Amino acid sequence: MTVLVDKNSKIIIQGFTGKMGSFHADEMIKYGSNVVGGVTPGKGGSKHLNLPVFNTVKDAVNETGADASILFVPPAFAADSAMEAADAGIKICVAIVDGIPSHDMIRIKRYMRRYTKSSKMTLVGPNCAGIISPGKSMLGIMPGHIYKEGRIGIISRSGTLGYEAAQQLKNLNIGVSTSVGIGGDPINGSSFRDIIEKFETDDETDAILMIGEIGGPQEVAAGEFAKENMKKPVIAYIAGLTAPKGRVMGHAGAIVSAYGESAIEKVEILKECGITISKNPSVMGDTVKSVLEKI
Amino acid sequence: MDIHEYQAKKILSNFGVTIPRGGIVYSPENAENKAREIGGSRWVVKAQIHSGARGKAGGIIVCNTPLEVAQATDKLLGKKLVTNQTGPEGKIVNRIYIEEATDIEKELYLGLVFDRSSESIMVVASTEGGMSVEEISKEKPETIIRSKIEVAVGMQNFQARELAFGLGIEPELIRRASETIIGCYKAFSELDATMVEVNPLVISKQKQILALDCKMSFDNNAMFRRSQVSELRDKTQEDSKEIFASDRGLNYVSLDGNIGNIINGAGLAMASMDMIKLAGGAPANFLDVGGGATPEKIVKAFKLVTMDEKVKVILVNIFAGINRCDWVAEGIVDALKKIEIKVPLVIRLAGTNVEKGNKILKESKINYIEANTLEDAANKAVAALNK
Repeated sequence: MTVLVDKNSKIIIQGFTGKMGSFHADEMIKYGSNVVGGVTPGKGGSKHLNLPVFNTVKDAVNETGADASILFVPPAFAADSAMEAADAGIKICVAIVDGIPSHDMIRIKRYMRRYTKSSKMTLVGPNCAGIISPGKSMLGIMPGHIYKEGRIGIISRSGTLGYEAAQQLKNLNIGVSTSVGIGGDPINGSSFRDIIEKFETDDETDAILMIGEIGGPQEVAAGEFAKENMKKPVIAYIAGLTAPKGRVMGHAGAIVSAYGESAIEKVEILKECGITISKNPSVMGDTVKSVLEKI
Repeated sequence: MDIHEYQAKKILSNFGVTIPRGGIVYSPENAENKAREIGGSRWVVKAQIHSGARGKAGGIIVCNTPLEVAQATDKLLGKKLVTNQTGPEGKIVNRIYIEEATDIEKELYLGLVFDRSSESIMVVASTEGGMSVEEISKEKPETIIRSKIEVAVGMQNFQARELAFGLGIEPELIRRASETIIGCYKAFSELDATMVEVNPLVISKQKQILALDCKMSFDNNAMFRRSQVSELRDKTQEDSKEIFASDRGLNYVSLDGNIGNIINGAGLAMASMDMIKLAGGAPANFLDVGGGATPEKIVKAFKLVTMDEKVKVILVNIFAGINRCDWVAEGIVDALKKIEIKVPLVIRLAGTNVEKGNKILKESKINYIEANTLEDAANKAVAALNK
């Protein structure tokens, strides 16, 4: 999906010289992503992985023309780094980091309101696997080889469950246009609704697989949006049928605290919105296949 | 992270919320003295556990003499209190809060939460204090008033005033009520809380506005900058296996079934639990070893799952990405050299280098059942249970 990343996206790594940043920068480069440098405050002017290091995101943007970034900074500093990217004119930023305080996420989202819709950075994550457009670019930490090039859009809160879906599709010889991990936190940079809207206008995508879970209003909001505004079919799986109420299931956002947030309730509401439900996680690929056969 | 009522009251009183006079005690003698120190003629003895609905479970006792206060304390201390929120095993009472009794004229509800739809802080209030917010929304939804707070500028006086008038509070008490509501908001926003609930917030016959019962929860992700809050953690209120897990960087939730799980990723873990249920089994736990599934984490995960005596089968489901299956398989083989497993073990590997991973498992001497898909793994785990 060219609206998020493509071959031309110029990527910088925030937290470039750290262990995580270095490892995943290398993986992204091997995949073919156009990584142009990175930022580590205080190490500007040096080279890392044969690429320039900058002190600030602004410097990196000015020197390299970067328009995409990925954050590998510790949770305590992540909000600051995301806002720095937005201010420097980065268009798409992926926050991989798990553990950003919710109050910080609210602050980031308020900060972003200063930009007009056309100049606003898209933030994906935190606590996510990132974005991959198979064969084009990877702005994330996923194993690139499990994604076959194709025309299905995947959006998932969970990383590994998104991998599971990509693998099931590949086994059925179905490919992916773009896969977006929106992350498992209570407040995300981009919601399911934000991303399905992008897929609806993407001419490389025929259908969308949405992998949700218990907790929060996002799946339902996306379902209602799809019912009103979308022509492309949406398939959904919601994890957490067996999850007890009021408990956090690993992801900070995976907690049922209100009506409509349990897996059963979400499935019912999504069905009413005309979304095809994958009955269990083993048949996500088969369900997509059966929907494609009807198009 | 949850804290006790008395701790929440102390915090809120620092933010200008009035609370009844009271003190924490650890013995009946302590309690009797504390009652005399507080003074008055009626006291409330309140068991401190991390749960609501304590009154219905017998955890709150009204007393008329200091001697009764001592007896009530004696009755509650060391006891396990079972409420509709604790589960059947209940929670142990190690601390008792003694408080002066309040002459209640009116009971109100005040709660603050994150509103995930609007990505802001929501203040919720109702005239029907004393009932749980779920009960209020079901039975008296028309009494609920809400106010969305713009976090960049914080809660404004007019917003608090609107809520106070909305609750039908008399004009001479509006200012005090507004200060109370704003105090709760400040505590929420300045301490990285995820929930503040004052229920009931009461107006006393003496025209005081008092927080009679409070609950606060905090964002675990923010504890690095809230050392004074994180010190309030009371591990006696948590499941011992869950403490073992959180101390070792594992995400674990204890459940009622008998199929133990070791899975990487929270979503995949929930999905595997769902598959177990569809196959006719029941998961004993939720356990996410993290996307990376490092050998160290796998060893810790096996230790944790084998601590649970309910577990009759163990299901390992790892989707290896950047960490390859061969590496994960070596981790599993290594873990099983250190930990003896007495129950059937089902292993499903998927992702990068899956053939190599399965080869390593087969060539090792470990006794296990190989599975290929999520469904296959769940079915084999349930079948192993029934053998």
